[in-house]
Amino acid sequence: MKLQSRHLLGLEGVRKEDITLILDTAISFKEVLERPIKKVPPLQGKTIVNLFFESSTRTRISFELAERRLSADVVNFTAVGSSVSKGETLKDTARNIEAMKIDMVVIRHASSGAPHFLTRVVEANVINAGDGAHEHPTQALLDMMTLREKYGKLEGLRVCIVGDILHSRVARSNIYGLKTMGVDVSVCGPATMIPRNIEALGVRVYYRLEDVIPQVDALNVLRIQLERQKSGLFPSLREYHRFFGVTKEKVDRAPKPITIMHPGPINRDVELSADLADGPHSVILEQVTNGEAVRMAVLYLLGTSN
Amino acid sequence: MKTKVLDADGLRRTVNRLSHELVEKNKGVQDVVLVGIRTRGEYLAHRVAKKLEEIENMKVQVGVLDITLYRDDLRGRLDQPQLKSSEILFDIRGKVIVLIDDVLFTGRTIRSALNALMDLGRPAMIQLLVLVDRGHRELPIKADFVGKNVPTAHGQEVKVEMIEADEEDAVYLIENDEKEKLL
Repeated sequence: MKLQSRHLLGLEGVRKEDITLILDTAISFKEVLERPIKKVPPLQGKTIVNLFFESSTRTRISFELAERRLSADVVNFTAVGSSVSKGETLKDTARNIEAMKIDMVVIRHASSGAPHFLTRVVEANVINAGDGAHEHPTQALLDMMTLREKYGKLEGLRVCIVGDILHSRVARSNIYGLKTMGVDVSVCGPATMIPRNIEALGVRVYYRLEDVIPQVDALNVLRIQLERQKSGLFPSLREYHRFFGVTKEKVDRAPKPITIMHPGPINRDVELSADLADGPHSVILEQVTNGEAVRMAVLYLLGTSN
Repeated sequence: MKTKVLDADGLRRTVNRLSHELVEKNKGVQDVVLVGIRTRGEYLAHRVAKKLEEIENMKVQVGVLDITLYRDDLRGRLDQPQLKSSEILFDIRGKVIVLIDDVLFTGRTIRSALNALMDLGRPAMIQLLVLVDRGHRELPIKADFVGKNVPTAHGQEVKVEMIEADEEDAVYLIENDEKEKLL
């Protein structure tokens, strides 16, 4: 068993066997997280640099913990206050870091394709931790792990991604991954936030939450970027909440309980009501735990393959 | 070529004897827990546990250890071994752990298992029980309970078959002739 690629850049084109291998491996790492000593040795002697050109709290912490729990040596790099603010290019930054003998790079960047570019200039294994509006593969993997844990399988499940699909790398990675695993995927949001031709990816589009809620097992509610309001994509947060906010009142109309997912951080009572976020059908904190397990699995599978 | 060195009856008797030895050495099974190394060691551990219950009229806890993460040959292998979970659902602190595996060879698996166990807590003692000791140790490791000593050459292979995963209970000595190895 081995992954096909030595990088994880996205879930587009990733084989079903590979996704299954990552999810199966992640279950074993979840067991490691339950132990009193949450550390295992497979990446001993490997050096990993976390290149974060965009601010992030939970993804960076999650990656860093995963790396340390696999006994890797970890270096963190954040764009603020670094050589980047002195005008260094990504290529030079990467080359310089590579000259320091690193084995793996985890990168988050505001530009789509930055991780792909990196694979052409460095020898290290590259893991995409979010690039522009393109992909965020580990987030989608942890979402899939959470769903599989809850339902025992992915095939045949019905999942709707709600919110700003246009700007969301989480949505894109989820669509690619879920479709590969045989999940029925739909998206729902204001027309201004649904990319044209998204149906080409094999998803159904809904413009009213009320229409999609009776049809799904789980809702993956995306974070609304508050700054998007200024760009005129929706009139006001209040109006967004009224039409696309996921609330108890709306999901209670479904014939059976709907699992609530959110990649965080939540704008409470904007895209998701607080009572649902904290309610019995929310798996938001499981997603966070699974995120660590999934990242350990990806790091382990890539880091021990060469 | 395949030679049967232990048949089903032989294997059963060996497990019985090992269980008795275990009870004798530990003066009962108080504080004793069994940890089987995936996959055959796990089956063996369950068989020993059953026998111990017969002998001492006491249930002994059984855990399963997956040593993949602790292997020293994890990198550089062409194929990655499938990682599985360890299932040790009890506290090993202060316990006498009897580590169980089917074949003792280089000792590297046992080294990995010892490291894995140490990360789970501090047992009072760890003992080693194996069905077959085939020699050729590469590390200073010795078993406390040995089912059968099978002298082997390096090219040979010892295969333990157990009804839980295979067609029969048996131990085979397999000759890998050089030609087969090249293929």
